[in-house]
Amino acid sequence: MDINDFRSLFTVLGLTCFLGICFWAYSKSARAGFEEAALLPFTDDDAPASSGGRQGKEG
Amino acid sequence: MQSQATYNYKVVRQFSVMTVIWGIVGMLVGVIVAAQLVWPQLNLGEWLHFGRLRPLHTNAVIFAFGGCALFATSYFVVQRTCHVTLFAPALAAFTFWGWQLVIVLAAITLPLGFTSGKEYAELEWPIDVLIAVVWVSYAIVFFGTIAKRKTTHIYVANWFFGAFILTVALLHIVNSAALPVSLTKSYSAYAGVQDAMIQWWYGHNAVGFFLTAGFLGMMYYFVPKQAERPVYSYRLSVVHFWALIFTYMWAGSHHLHYTALPDWTQSVGMIFSLILLAPSWGGMINGVMTLSGAWHKLRTDPILKFLITSLSFYGMSTFEGPMMSIKTVNALSHYTDWTVGHVHSGALGWVAMISIGAMYYLIPRMYGKTQMYSTALINTHFWVATIGIVLYIASMWIAGVMQGLMWRATNADGTLTYSFVESVKASYPFWAIRLTGGVLFLSGMLIMFYNMVKTIAGEKAYNAPVIAPAAAHA
Repeated sequence: MDINDFRSLFTVLGLTCFLGICFWAYSKSARAGFEEAALLPFTDDDAPASSGGRQGKEG
Repeated sequence: MQSQATYNYKVVRQFSVMTVIWGIVGMLVGVIVAAQLVWPQLNLGEWLHFGRLRPLHTNAVIFAFGGCALFATSYFVVQRTCHVTLFAPALAAFTFWGWQLVIVLAAITLPLGFTSGKEYAELEWPIDVLIAVVWVSYAIVFFGTIAKRKTTHIYVANWFFGAFILTVALLHIVNSAALPVSLTKSYSAYAGVQDAMIQWWYGHNAVGFFLTAGFLGMMYYFVPKQAERPVYSYRLSVVHFWALIFTYMWAGSHHLHYTALPDWTQSVGMIFSLILLAPSWGGMINGVMTLSGAWHKLRTDPILKFLITSLSFYGMSTFEGPMMSIKTVNALSHYTDWTVGHVHSGALGWVAMISIGAMYYLIPRMYGKTQMYSTALINTHFWVATIGIVLYIASMWIAGVMQGLMWRATNADGTLTYSFVESVKASYPFWAIRLTGGVLFLSGMLIMFYNMVKTIAGEKAYNAPVIAPAAAHA
């Protein structure tokens, strides 16, 4: 096999891997996990020393 | 539910305060070098000469200001989204003091003229070794914290921070490989065009991973947090992450168009740069759309103004970048002030503004508050900074295109229409406008410093308790 075949193969593998990630990201099975993960910044209350929930902001 | 353990806010606090201070120092040096272009008499002696202060400016703003902001936010975000305190706190403290030492050494050695001459990697080998040690410690602290997380998922911001830490380690170690001949002098391990290629593989990925992936990590935490809604599309953020990681590595050769670098390598760099538009804009849209349904918050919340404006500048500069990487456009833009304008649209508009927004969120929380001393001053800072950036980049665009056109203009007999110095003379008013823009941006940082001092004054350092992951309520 010529080194250029390896180069082509590497490109094809890279693309396949990326397309695989895209399909996985938009698949039904990943959905629930992502929805959970998206809420991670909100799973803790970082308002210092308060009991009144999230920090109040103007507006 | 609440344990006695607290998050390690100390190191976050130290890095946050130093972000503001190094921001002022780095931007002040920037203003000085901009003034030196307007008034060359300001080149006072060799130590304060433009050629030595310019690398000091770039190192200070990228690695001191940007670096401290990245350390602060990544340590904060990884703790809060993993619901654990930092792994190896002593090592975390070492990263702070080690990084400050690197910055001080840079501030001493660069004006003295010790440089390896590689852009954004000028520091000589003993400092490079220290950087590598600090960076590996950073990786241990960060990934150690992720490993002991209490949550199932690793939040997307941590993916970006993690990629930034790993890649910068790789880039720094490979590009800084050198043969020392004395304590203050070394020669690159690579020669000729290979050296140039490795330098710009490093240089562009310093932009792609240090100045982009890390700050995208910041974006994916602080934009949702400040907007009080989850990111627009988490799935898009996953695709955004992998697309960015796959693509950035190959774009560096666009810095070497029309050089001794093989033509095909230049074309690869150009094509990957063009592809980069897709993930970049995917990320920008994801960030901006997080605000959909809550646009009214932009009117009243100046921190959100900083964050969302930074995304707009990110979108602008990631459109401009691919365009400038096209060989025919590059033939006009390269070596002109257009490049300088492009860099600052990214550095001031994107990197600095998102960092400033994140710091306005972090600093009060490090002292047990939720608000800065003055919200009105944040708003003033926002407008002063925005006007400063617009003056800066608009003047550099005009100057750059003008320089490019003047340099390529030829007479009917093939001789050059303009001498180089004529293009310098024509650039003069735009350099003055650029200086004004820089002064405005620096003034904004001084306002921030005052606001920070007033916020901290009389307050005790605060460490928030570690909270077990609760049900989300967003």
